[in-house]
Amino acid sequence: MIRGKAVVFGDNVDTDVIIPARYLTSTDPEELGKHCMEGLDPHFPQRITPGATILVAGKNFGCGSSREHAPLALKGCGVSAVVAASFARIFFRNAINIGLPILESEEAARGIREGDTVSIDLARGEIRNETTGEIFWARPFPPFLQEIIAAGGLMNLVEKRVKG
Amino acid sequence: MGMTITEKIIAAHAGKDRVVPGELVEVTVDVMLANDITAPLSIKELEKRGIATIADPEKIVLVADHNTPARDISSAENVKLMREFAKKHGIRHFFEGGEVGIEHVLLPELGLVVPGDLVIGADSHTCTYGALGAFATGMGSTDLAASWVLGRTWLRVPESLKFVLSGERRPFVTGKDLILFIIGQIGVDGARYCAMEFEGPVIQSLSMDERFTMANMAIEAGAKNGIIAPDDTTLAYVRATGTSRTPRLFSSDPDAEWKEIHTIDVSSIEPQVAFPHLPSNTRSVYAIPKIEIDQVVIGSCTNGRIEDLRMAASVLRGRKVRKGVRLLIFPGSPKVLKQAEEEGLIKIFLEAGAVIAPPSCGPCLGGHLGVLASGERCASTTNRNFIGRMGHETSEVYLVNPYIAASSAVAGYITSPERL
Repeated sequence: MIRGKAVVFGDNVDTDVIIPARYLTSTDPEELGKHCMEGLDPHFPQRITPGATILVAGKNFGCGSSREHAPLALKGCGVSAVVAASFARIFFRNAINIGLPILESEEAARGIREGDTVSIDLARGEIRNETTGEIFWARPFPPFLQEIIAAGGLMNLVEKRVKG
Repeated sequence: MGMTITEKIIAAHAGKDRVVPGELVEVTVDVMLANDITAPLSIKELEKRGIATIADPEKIVLVADHNTPARDISSAENVKLMREFAKKHGIRHFFEGGEVGIEHVLLPELGLVVPGDLVIGADSHTCTYGALGAFATGMGSTDLAASWVLGRTWLRVPESLKFVLSGERRPFVTGKDLILFIIGQIGVDGARYCAMEFEGPVIQSLSMDERFTMANMAIEAGAKNGIIAPDDTTLAYVRATGTSRTPRLFSSDPDAEWKEIHTIDVSSIEPQVAFPHLPSNTRSVYAIPKIEIDQVVIGSCTNGRIEDLRMAASVLRGRKVRKGVRLLIFPGSPKVLKQAEEEGLIKIFLEAGAVIAPPSCGPCLGGHLGVLASGERCASTTNRNFIGRMGHETSEVYLVNPYIAASSAVAGYITSPERL
């Protein structure tokens, strides 16, 4: 169960604002996390409580570059999960591959306000807005993606396949 | 029911007779690309886990094009990591120094990608190779690391959108304007998860350089891939590279299934300017207010090829860059630079007062070699104008074709050649 306060952004949040390219020489999630969302809000890291923040956004979250540093930065600064109306496809793959929980629900994206307390049951895809009492259901993942998520990321599966 | 070119290429790499949109398939991969920003994550992931298995080093391409020549110590360390990884695993296609070009200019030029290929790259503009009639899509570093080990990846077969372009192009309307116009019509998520196939008489009349520009920006509409069926122009280009690889020619069946078909008469399209902060904020160059600029960038994986430089030179010949404006020109590869020099284009640029930069992604993503200060404005032939893309969060990027970029450098504000 994931539980935390919502921080809310709009549509088309791109990877350049999630983590500006000048920081991409680092691959360290914590270092990247210091600059997370800097393009939209330089004080973002202060807005969140590590392990108890859920980022909520509109459509096409994570559009733009293929930089995996984007989900790494979100994870590194302590965002527990991202709920969006829709995700750009490369960000979607990257988040699943590195084990950042993401949930797609237009209704949830519309029905959650800044500061609302949100709890998420990942296995069931249930998103509960505790502040308003509303419940939303995320689009389920196909079984193959569930396998990656259950393994804690793609490389755990690959390692198993290679090392037997 | 027939199949689209995208479905046929995926089916061929999945060992299947047919695939349908929405299906998840595992495919063999012909080319697996990463650069100096994305490869270090892949390499560290493999080394951390002690995985030393590489399926086929011949299929891996590593290009140090983003923060090079090394911008700082950590950039230099990242290239060093790539170099050592390439050496350890016998990866021949590692490019740095005088061999480096912008990856999506370099790979087609060297014949490393041919029609019918399935290409994945840890760079979103990997979709550029669709211009060759290949299926090419961007992914992240972990997907690339996995593919290096397994030689395979997984894909969701995309729905296809068809764009049929006909009519007469107006003066100074290039492939860049056609793709910007389309993105302006459908929006930055208008093709999300889908294949964009471009066809029709206008596409057939485009050179390879302009086709690369169009396929390159498919990602800016959220597409998985952009693709153009190979024709004589494609084959002549591929033959001229001297590649040892054999093209496989696919095309869409007449009864293929399309999610959408867009028929576009290009006759009314004027040169486009995409305003901050989305590539879809397009307007005609003839319908914009006076926008004064501080910098002009001509280059990138979108518009850094020889024809782009010829377009710019045709405007700059005998003219000067306006005092107070910085014109930065990034030839996309050593070959493009050499050819530009031989054709006298570099002389034209220098006499106009341009800065000639080395082949690099440079300022396109705000890395180095031309980053913007607060409040500065840039007219650029690159592909993205997101907040802070080229530097400070309050700087602005306007996306244009090379003719408009060059004219703007001369005028000091965004304008077209006939208005100089």
